[in-house]
Amino acid sequence: MNLSEIFNFSLIYSALRLSIPLILASLGGIFSELSGVVNIALEGIMLLGAFFGMLGSYYFNPLAGIILAVIIGSLTALMHALLSIKYRTDQIVSGIAINIFAVGLTNFLLFLLFKQSGHSPEVKGFSWIIYAVLAFILVILGHFILFYTPLGLRIRAVGEHPRACDTLGINIYKIRYLCVIISGILAAFSGAYLSLGHLSSFTREMSAGRGFIAIAAMIFGKWKPIGALYASLFFGFADALQLRLMGKGMIPPEFLNSLPYIFTMIVLAGVIGKAHPPASIGIPYNPEEGE
Amino acid sequence: MSVPLKMQNITKCFSGIIANYQVNLEIEKGEIHAIVGENGAGKTTLMNILYGLYRPDSGEIFLDNKKVNIKNPRIAIALGIGMVHQHFMLIPPLTCAENIILGKEPAKNFKLDYKKALKIVEELSLKYGLKIEPKTKIEDLSVGMEQRVEILKLIYRGAEILIFDEPTAVLTPQETEELFLIFKELTKQGRTIIFITHKLNEVMTASDRITVMRRGKVAALLKTKDTNKEEIAKMMVGREVILNLEKKTTPITDIVLEVKNLKALNDRHLPALNDVSFSVRKGEIVGIAGIAGNGQSELAEVLTNLRKIQSGEILIKGKNLAHIPEDRLKRGLILNYTLAENLILGYHRQKQFSSVCKLNFKNINDFAENLIKDFDIRPQNKDFKANWLSGGNQQKIIIAREFSFEPDLLIVAQPTRGVDIGAIEFIHRKLLEKKEQGKAILLISLELDEIMTLADRILVFYEGKIIGEVNPREIEEHKLGLMMAGVVNA
Repeated sequence: MNLSEIFNFSLIYSALRLSIPLILASLGGIFSELSGVVNIALEGIMLLGAFFGMLGSYYFNPLAGIILAVIIGSLTALMHALLSIKYRTDQIVSGIAINIFAVGLTNFLLFLLFKQSGHSPEVKGFSWIIYAVLAFILVILGHFILFYTPLGLRIRAVGEHPRACDTLGINIYKIRYLCVIISGILAAFSGAYLSLGHLSSFTREMSAGRGFIAIAAMIFGKWKPIGALYASLFFGFADALQLRLMGKGMIPPEFLNSLPYIFTMIVLAGVIGKAHPPASIGIPYNPEEGE
Repeated sequence: MSVPLKMQNITKCFSGIIANYQVNLEIEKGEIHAIVGENGAGKTTLMNILYGLYRPDSGEIFLDNKKVNIKNPRIAIALGIGMVHQHFMLIPPLTCAENIILGKEPAKNFKLDYKKALKIVEELSLKYGLKIEPKTKIEDLSVGMEQRVEILKLIYRGAEILIFDEPTAVLTPQETEELFLIFKELTKQGRTIIFITHKLNEVMTASDRITVMRRGKVAALLKTKDTNKEEIAKMMVGREVILNLEKKTTPITDIVLEVKNLKALNDRHLPALNDVSFSVRKGEIVGIAGIAGNGQSELAEVLTNLRKIQSGEILIKGKNLAHIPEDRLKRGLILNYTLAENLILGYHRQKQFSSVCKLNFKNINDFAENLIKDFDIRPQNKDFKANWLSGGNQQKIIIAREFSFEPDLLIVAQPTRGVDIGAIEFIHRKLLEKKEQGKAILLISLELDEIMTLADRILVFYEGKIIGEVNPREIEEHKLGLMMAGVVNA
C-alpha cells in the first residue's frame, strides 16, 4: 500500500472540515461548563441546528437557515438553563431529555414535511471555508472574552465558587443563563454547518455523536478555547483518517473512532497534566442553602 | 459618637424554625463590637441579613438614621457594609488581585485592566499594612494570608462597617494576635468592626462592646470593660457555667499505657515523633500541650494504630481503647448515617447488636435512645442523620459511643474543637468522671485552658519531642506558652 495515497493534502482538508463542528460546539461547552452548568444537550442542540438550518434554507435562503437554527438552539438551551438553574434539576437528566427529544422531533418533522425518513431534499448552503474562518475567529474571541475581560473573570469565578460571587454582588443567574445560551447558539451553529456546509441536506441523526466528541475535546483541551481547538483538530484528523482507512484493513476504524473517548479518559485520569473541571460544575446554586 | 447602624426588631424564620426573634442591635461608629452566643444562637443569620444575603421576615435597618432596604449584597456593599465569612469566599484558582477586584473590575474598553488592578491592590496592601503577593493564587496561600485578602477585598469596595464571622476559628494564636492588631488599625482609620465569636478570651481582649445572643434573641448588651468572662458565659448559656471545673484527685495506680522510644514519620515522610517515652496510669489525665504541628496528631494516630511506627514500643495493659479523633468529621462519624447507627459504629459486631448476619435493631435503638438521653444529644431523635446536628452535638455522639464500652484507656484529641461552651462544660465533666472511675486518659489539645483545667500532668511537645513535664497546679500559663514555643529554661 502506498502511504501517500492516505497521507496527502486532501486528508488535511478533510480533517479540517470534520473539525469545524467540534471546534464550535466545544467552545459552546466551555462557556456553559466554566459558568458551572453541564451541557450534554450539545448533541441534541446540534441535531436541531442541522434540521432547522436545512428548513430555513429550504423555505427561504441559507442565511435564514442559520438564523433559524441559532434561534431554535438558543431556545432549547434556554430550556436547559431554566431546568438546571431555576428548577435545579439534575443537569445530566435534563441534557439527556433534550437529546432524546431532538432525535424524535427531527425524525418526526422530516417525515411530516418531506415524507422522508432518511434525508431531506438538497438545499443551498455556504462554503465550508466560511465556517472554518468563522470558527477560528470565534475561538479567538472566546479566548479573549474568557481570559481578558471582566465578564470572563466573572464567568470563571461563578463556575468555581458561586457563593463567593453572590457575596460580591455578582448576579450568578444572569451569567449562567448567558453562558448556557451562548453554548446553545454555538452548538446550533455547528449543526447548521453539518446540513448547510459539510453536506447540503439533512440526514437522520446526522450529529452522530459529534456533540459528545465536542465535550471530549473540551475536556481534552482543559476547558480552554485554544486547547479545545487543538483537541478538535486532532479528533477531526482521527475521524478523517478513519474514513480513509475504511476497508483498507490497516488499522480497524473502530479503534480510530474510539480515540476521542480514550483520550478523554486519559486526560481525566490525570495522565497529561492536571485537568481541573470548574469546582461547582453541575451543582445548582441555592442562595438560602444552609451554613 | 453617632449611631451609624441600628437593626430593629429583626425576625427571621427558616422553614418554621426561628433563627432571629425581635433582635435589636446598635453599633457605634469606630467601635469593635463582638456578637457572642452559642452555635445556633442566630449570630450568623443576623449578620447575613445585615449583608443582604437573607431577607428578614420583619424588622428594619437604619444607617445614619436613614431607613435602608438591603435586598442583596450589592446594596450592602454600596452602603459601605462588607463581610468576611466564616468559610472564606475566595476562588482558589484565581490570584489575590483577581479575587480582590472581582465584581468591581477596573476595565479599559471592555478589557480587564490587570495592571491597574495590581497597582490598586499593592497600594491598598501597603496603606493598611496587609502584606500580600497580588499575583499569587489563593490555593497557594496560608489561611492567615487568605484572611488578609478577604479584608483587602472589603476595603477595596469602600466598606466602612466590616463584619467578621468567627474570624479566628481557623487561625493560629499568632495570626489571631495579628488580626486583632489589624482590627485596631482599621478602627483608628474610622472604620467599624463587628465580629462574631464564641471564644470568651477573644471577646475580652479585642472588643469594646458586646451583644450576647441566646436562642435567636438578644440576651444583653455589655461594655467589655464592665464585664467578665463568667458573666458573659452565663448570659450565653442561660445558666451558671463553671469555666474552671473542680478537679478531684483520684488514686493513681497501675500503668495502662506505656510508650518507649517511639519514632514515627508524618505524611511528608519527615520525622514527626522523635524518641518519645511516657506512661499513663489509672486515675490520671495526662495532657499533651503544644503548638499545632509538633507531632501531637501523629502521636494520637500511632497510639490508635492509624499510623505505622518506625521504632519503639507501645504497651497497652487493659482492654478496650476509646478514641476521640481530632477530626470528628473525617474519622469520628459517618455523616450520612443516623444517630443510632453512629452510636454503635465499630461496635456493631457485638452480640447485643447483631446475630449471625442481621442487625438487632431493637437493641440498637434502645441503646441509642439511652445514650441520647444520658449525653443530652440534641435533637433527641435517633433517626436523625449526623450531619443535621451542630458541631457540639456531633462531638457528643462520639463521646457517648466511645465512653460506653468500658474502655480502660482513652485517647482524646481536641475534644472541644468548634464546640460551644455549654457543651464544653459537659464534655469536660464527662472526662473528669471517667478519670474518677479510675480510667487512664491521654488528652491531646491545642487549647491551653482545657489542658490546664483537666490534666494532672502536662507533657509539652516541641518538634516531636517531649521537652518538659509540668504540673498544672504550679506552672503559670505564660511560662507554659513559652515552653510550647521551645523555650525550656524560662
